Amino acid sequence: MIPFDILVAVCVSYVALLFIIAFMAERRASAGRVGWLRSPLVYTLSLSVYCTAWTFYGAVGYAARSGLEFLTIYLGPTLVLVGWWWALRKLVRIGKTQRITSIADLISSRYGKSNALGVIVTLLAVVGTTPYIALQLQSVTLSFAVFVRAGTDGWALPDVNATALWVAAGLALFTVLFGTRNLDANERHHGVVTAIAVEAVVKLVALVAVGIFVVWGVADGPRDMAIRISESPLAGTDFAAGRWVGMTFLSAAAIFTLPRMFQVLVVENADERHLATASWAFPLYLFLMSLFVMPIAVIGLATQPAGANPDLFVLTVPLSLGQEGLATLAFLGGFSSATSMVIVAAIALSTMVSNHIVMPLWLNWQNTGASMSGDVRKLVLRARRISIAGVLVLGYAYFRLTGGSEALASIGLISFTGVAQALPALLGGIFWRGATRRGAGAGLLIGLAVWLYTLFLPSFGAGSVMSAGLLSDGPWGVAWLRPQALFGVDGVDPLLHAVFWSIALNSFAFIGVSLWGVPGPMERLQGAQFVNVFDHSSDAQGWMQGAAEAEDLLIMAQRILGGTEAQALFQRAAVAQGKTGYLPDTTPAFLERLERELAGSVGAATAHAMVGQIVGRSSISVEDLMAMADETAQMMEYSSQLEAKSAELERTARQLREANEKLTELSVQKDAFLSQISHELRTPMTSIRAFSEILMGGEDLRIEDRRWYSSIIHDEGIRLTRLLDDLLDLSVLENGQVSLNLQPANLRDLIDRAVAATTEPKGDGAITIHRDRAAENIELVTDTDRLCQVFINLIVNARKYCTADAPELRIDARRQGDGVLLDFVDNGSGIPKRSQAIIFEKFARLSDRNAAGGAGLGLAICREIMGRLGGSIAYLPGQGGAAFRVQLPLRPPETSAPAGSQGEAPAQLNHA
Amino acid sequence: MGSNVLLIEDEPNIIEAIRFILARDGWHVQTHSEGTSALAAVLRARPDLLILDVMLPGRSGFDILRDIRACAEIAALPVLMLTAKGQSRDRAMAESLGVSRFMTKPFSNAEMLAAVRDLAAR
Repeated sequence: MIPFDILVAVCVSYVALLFIIAFMAERRASAGRVGWLRSPLVYTLSLSVYCTAWTFYGAVGYAARSGLEFLTIYLGPTLVLVGWWWALRKLVRIGKTQRITSIADLISSRYGKSNALGVIVTLLAVVGTTPYIALQLQSVTLSFAVFVRAGTDGWALPDVNATALWVAAGLALFTVLFGTRNLDANERHHGVVTAIAVEAVVKLVALVAVGIFVVWGVADGPRDMAIRISESPLAGTDFAAGRWVGMTFLSAAAIFTLPRMFQVLVVENADERHLATASWAFPLYLFLMSLFVMPIAVIGLATQPAGANPDLFVLTVPLSLGQEGLATLAFLGGFSSATSMVIVAAIALSTMVSNHIVMPLWLNWQNTGASMSGDVRKLVLRARRISIAGVLVLGYAYFRLTGGSEALASIGLISFTGVAQALPALLGGIFWRGATRRGAGAGLLIGLAVWLYTLFLPSFGAGSVMSAGLLSDGPWGVAWLRPQALFGVDGVDPLLHAVFWSIALNSFAFIGVSLWGVPGPMERLQGAQFVNVFDHSSDAQGWMQGAAEAEDLLIMAQRILGGTEAQALFQRAAVAQGKTGYLPDTTPAFLERLERELAGSVGAATAHAMVGQIVGRSSISVEDLMAMADETAQMMEYSSQLEAKSAELERTARQLREANEKLTELSVQKDAFLSQISHELRTPMTSIRAFSEILMGGEDLRIEDRRWYSSIIHDEGIRLTRLLDDLLDLSVLENGQVSLNLQPANLRDLIDRAVAATTEPKGDGAITIHRDRAAENIELVTDTDRLCQVFINLIVNARKYCTADAPELRIDARRQGDGVLLDFVDNGSGIPKRSQAIIFEKFARLSDRNAAGGAGLGLAICREIMGRLGGSIAYLPGQGGAAFRVQLPLRPPETSAPAGSQGEAPAQLNHA
Repeated sequence: MGSNVLLIEDEPNIIEAIRFILARDGWHVQTHSEGTSALAAVLRARPDLLILDVMLPGRSGFDILRDIRACAEIAALPVLMLTAKGQSRDRAMAESLGVSRFMTKPFSNAEMLAAVRDLAAR
């Protein structure tokens, strides 16, 4: 038998060896010779903190109780490493780019740097890990006890609690020494990791050695072993599919969520590529660890007395068979398993506790800002050390409270279930951009509560924390709230029940609340950077160098600002930095300046995104893109608005210009019109006044003269009257106030009337009128008086102005479609081409001869009348003499019939 | 003091009226009723006084006045201008061209006679 003292000595020596290894590794690392310290092999071995004392001792116990089900503990991690390798890689990439220090930090950071979430995850981790640490302490003390029990040669039974205390204190010391040497997450714990790698080898060697002894020493080789296994009671163990699935899920989740796994997997990872090695090497390690579990359990059941704790078969089998050296090696393997787990877990937990609980509280208490001074650095280290001690004190306290009577495996599974509550928030955080802080918080809290209620608290046993009545009848007798039969799901394995409800409600709350709410800007930003980590970080190996960056920035700036301006900007910045050339250092001040300059051209969001893309310090988030799109759209809209506005302004200006021209023209027309009227009125009045004064003098006038002058006065009076009539007529026509007197008539009758009206009683000035009376036989509806007025005007004009010796006027009438065409053509010299355009204007008298009644308004009146009647009058060139064409419909269009409603605006303008 | 008056006017009744008024006062009145040949008529007639209408066929009274003032032989000729337009702008125009007297139609016979006598006396 190994004396207790020697066992202790071995233990202390082993720990001393670990200290030396850790110290050497630290020395080597600080000398810059990292080398093999950071090899894929060491990384893979460090992952073996997954295999704790629970795995080392407990797997055999598990197998002895439940057969092959223990394999699920290895199955989960294997599946994750082989099948979900890329998810771990994503975690590692995120951990590096975001400088993540723990799983609490990851979740807090992902959800908008919410410390509340960090606190929740920290508490979850502490609550979930404390039993596990207690479990390790228990396993060490139990293993000591095995040797004590075996030692019948009278050494005093050591105090179990004291052993646990000493172990805890030793571990605390080691962890403080090597776990808090430095602060930054990027400066990894080389010593700790190396020591753990060594422990991983010891574990494996010890377990494999016991296995080989069992297979080849106790049994007679593999064949005999296989026969023994198939003959053992374990062969008949029921295969519970539900538990298999549940356990596999739990152990798979544990890889992601166990704080110590996160520590070695992500935080301590030196190179992403190591994961590739680990993805096959770690499953291989697990395979070797599990290979001899079943044989040891079978041999243990066969050789150990009934009632022996199967969790200790790894120790008791070699011990009872006199293999003390092997037993000691197995003891060291178990010790390694326990210590490595406690050390890494303590580091991980202390980081969380100090970062998320102690530091915020301290800063709050100090009421100072987070100034990163040397004092703060010391403070953080002190907080970590205290946290490490605190974590171990908690573990020890739990160990003392529970009395170490539980089966190892059940405590482990309770822990697994607890920390698995972080899984929805974690996976959702790295794969789902829509996940929100509130969702994560709700999921975590509900999962934590359900876990506590359905698994953790009941695990203390009926009557300890929860009363037996509560467990069997539910709180206040509400049966569907029974902790182990929630919502009436009865008769299920309590672990499976707890896993199902906690994870289901957790996920439901997480997804539901996330969908219901909207992530804040910070959450969106972080979410984008986490979920799309591979899009943004090219290789986590470092950023582009300054010069290349500056050149890229210059190229981009030239595209946006134009060559001259961009070069001037860069040159100025370079000169300001005391450099020559065009490439300044990309200092934050310069980048900010550049961003502002660019923002002037392309908008702030775009500028930010562009600079960020080149500098690589930030990535384009959805928000950036949205803002970019918004800005672009706004700019486009704005520019199209400007265009429309300028077009509108142009249109308005043109309208104003036209209106102004029109007004000017009208003003000129008005002046000319008034001037004309004045002339037309004053001229006859001059004669009238002069001759009336002569007549009033009455002296020596001959009677003929007297009569002549009187007739002049008379004619000029008539001329005045006619002028006034014409003016009024025109005014009425132009204002549209004329009322048409429509009636059916025959065109021939109307022409007869006009010819008759113009026939001079005296023979002089007579004109021969040629007509085709048959063709004139056209029935129409019109204002006969007005139409006659037009005809008379045309006939009078012909008679007045036709210069031929034998004046003739030909009137041609003919139907054309729905209308009538009437041509009045005389045999005179016609109207010169340049005058043809103005003859229809007012006072456009071409001749100097003021034949009686001519005020120059006739044709203007004719044009107005024809317009009212729905027809037109135009000069018809190329007919030899003067020719006018009158066109009118057989029936006036409806619109022109109700007089007074048409054309008022232009008429008023014309007449102004 | 001369007694030859040239009247350039296109309204026959007004010509008749003025001729009557001036002839009764002893003036010798010649008439012309067209614009384009007006200057030639003045040079031919060499009147002591010119009565000039503004609205003339062919050439306006203003243009004829400008021609007269530009023509050395007759530049000093007293010109009495008549217009039926009666706008102040026309008066200003006539004065700027060097009219001797500007009268608006209709006028009283006495006024006309006084103006003619006045201008001829200068």
